[in-house]
Amino acid sequence: MSPFLAQAATEPINRAELLADDPLWLILLKAVVVMLIGPIFTVVLIVGERKTVGRMQNRPGPNRVGPFGMLQSLADAIKLPFKEQVIPDTADRKIYFLAPVIAVVPALIGLAAIPFGGEVTIFGERTVLQLIELPVSVLLVLAGASIGVYGIVLGGWASGSPYPLLGGLRSAAQVISYEIAMGLSIIGVVLYSQSMATSGIVAAQADGGWYFYLLLPSFVIYIISMVGETNRAPFDLPEAESELVGGFHTEYSSMKFAMFFLAEYSNMVIVSAFATTLFLGGGMFPFFGADAAINQGWWPALWFLAKMCVILFGFIWLRGTLPRFRYDQFMKLGWKVLVPAALVWLLLIATVRALRNASDVSTGQILIIGGVAIVVVVLLMLLIPEKEIPEDEGHVSTTGGGHPVPPLDLKVPETTPRRRALEAKRRSEEKQQAELSPQAAGAPGEGSKEGESHGDL
Amino acid sequence: MRTETSLVLAQAGADATVSTGEAVAFWILGPIAVAGALCMIFARNAVHSALWLVMTMLSLGMLYMLQQAPFLGFTQIIVYTGAIMMLFLFVLMMVGRESSDSVLEVLRGQRLMAAVLGIGVAGVLAGALTRALAEVPAAPAMNPWTPEGGGAGGLARVIFQDYLFPFELTSALLITAAVGAMVLAFTDRHSKQGRRSQRDLVEARFRGEYERPSPKPGPGVYATSNSVATPALLPDGSIAPESLSDLIESTPTAQLQAHRKQLASRAAGPDTHALVGPDGAGDDDGTGADTTAGGAAKATEDKA
Repeated sequence: MSPFLAQAATEPINRAELLADDPLWLILLKAVVVMLIGPIFTVVLIVGERKTVGRMQNRPGPNRVGPFGMLQSLADAIKLPFKEQVIPDTADRKIYFLAPVIAVVPALIGLAAIPFGGEVTIFGERTVLQLIELPVSVLLVLAGASIGVYGIVLGGWASGSPYPLLGGLRSAAQVISYEIAMGLSIIGVVLYSQSMATSGIVAAQADGGWYFYLLLPSFVIYIISMVGETNRAPFDLPEAESELVGGFHTEYSSMKFAMFFLAEYSNMVIVSAFATTLFLGGGMFPFFGADAAINQGWWPALWFLAKMCVILFGFIWLRGTLPRFRYDQFMKLGWKVLVPAALVWLLLIATVRALRNASDVSTGQILIIGGVAIVVVVLLMLLIPEKEIPEDEGHVSTTGGGHPVPPLDLKVPETTPRRRALEAKRRSEEKQQAELSPQAAGAPGEGSKEGESHGDL
Repeated sequence: MRTETSLVLAQAGADATVSTGEAVAFWILGPIAVAGALCMIFARNAVHSALWLVMTMLSLGMLYMLQQAPFLGFTQIIVYTGAIMMLFLFVLMMVGRESSDSVLEVLRGQRLMAAVLGIGVAGVLAGALTRALAEVPAAPAMNPWTPEGGGAGGLARVIFQDYLFPFELTSALLITAAVGAMVLAFTDRHSKQGRRSQRDLVEARFRGEYERPSPKPGPGVYATSNSVATPALLPDGSIAPESLSDLIESTPTAQLQAHRKQLASRAAGPDTHALVGPDGAGDDDGTGADTTAGGAAKATEDKA
């Protein structure tokens, strides 16, 4: 067990000691900055998203307020608090007021554990660009996400009307399901980096390569579940406007609605920052190494923000491109694809880790054993007989198949009215002829018989 | 493990004091936790109850963190607050918001049993507490950065090496419970008694097991109106009576009838506002509009 935490124990303690030395004013300064990152990004993201999605749909997007419409969300932010707030009669008022606050606060706390960069000097004080350093700061972000859902769920419930309730229920189920996949993908990173501290993970990536290609399955699972976790398109089922009007925030207006908005966008920022930390090397600039001048001082913060913005653009891109999932498809994806895949991948990482730690097994041996194992599994899979589709011979479909099929109990009539009429007419004509010339009646009959016999001959 | 624990306890004596910050945090978080627990019991609404419990759990988690056990604290928040209480809330919301506590007793002797068990549990707790306060020395300050000091690695070693068997036993119990719940709650929709699939339903409709093979017509959507109160028109221009809703207040039958009478009396050409087709277009005696109107009105009356 000792090699597991030896690495984690040396590096972050220095950071932790550096952080512990911070004077109070510096801690307050950092806290204010970290708290402001969420709202500032929200304001920028909203207008950025509207412009980008607009361009993707061949329209200009907001272009009235300020140069190129840049100040649109500022105008919205000023307008929203001054709007009338409508509170439904059936609302549970205390929780109705509490819900937006519960949604926002964890979203503002989550960024505290993110290492934006390395060591810097602020007003002559050596410190690290991070608010708090915990041995388990990865869990802080997860805990923040799991508390934030309460805001949505309670908001939906406290509104006292059916659509928000449905939105809240969906959100609860969705977040519980996708948090499992997300946690499993993070465990992959923790196992590989042997650290649960965010800064330890960044340091491990600086040494051994970024995890988005080393742990590609974990990265893919994290990216998918992060979209699910933040209720963004194509997974925005709790606020699906075509099904649930506005989902959980249907009954919210004015400032409380704005707070839900703030929470959603801050959560996007948090999960993007988290993805940058876990998989994209944090504030590292690639190809140069940790000691290069480009990775010292304030530069890493810039690289960090740039990487974060790329992921945020991905969010917007997804929204502009993909249609919304159906609810059952979404749940199926979470439970039947992401969770099993994450578990299998985790088992693989753990096995490789254990073999590595055993240290008398070389990489070549691991690869050979793994290859043999895969071949055996594939061969075994071939042995499984194909599933037979039961074919019902007597089954006649009444619908489908592209052809109009007559009903099963259709009675085909022996004769039609027209044919019956014709028959009757012929009979009456024959009768008339027979009445008019009883003698001649025999002659044509004989003649016809002769004709027939002629025909036979 | 035993020897280790005793070793740790032996070291404890020296620095077993509580720092000021910890004491302040304890005296803030402790009362909050107790208040949350009490309110959880006394709240009338089930959802409020659950929320008070969430508050208790959160303050417990924070207390763990203060005592240098951040892993335990965050696990408490993620697992209990984030997952388990969320499932509780999920169920409570499904039950409905009006389902407050009922004071009606359904189990006989419930209060007596509860009192006896409650006193028993309280006695056990009090005994353990007094022993903890009197005899056991306080643990030394831990360092969560190392496995020995209460870090995740040390916890993992305890769980997966020293206490592996009880741990596996517990997980087997949990899995059995989960599988049992699924078996009991699962209904097979593919069996004969289960729900019919969409395809089965379609075929059943066309066999005539239902009133009509297609769904009822929706409301009319026209250039002049897209209200759900506007009835749909049949190909011959008459109103489809099935498209009239009993529920929509804006189409009381009387109002509709009056409108149509007015339209019938006015001999106009095709009008998009008219709810009937061109008046008397194919009729011999010119009263066709009236008869269709009467028929449709009758249909609406029947529905009403």
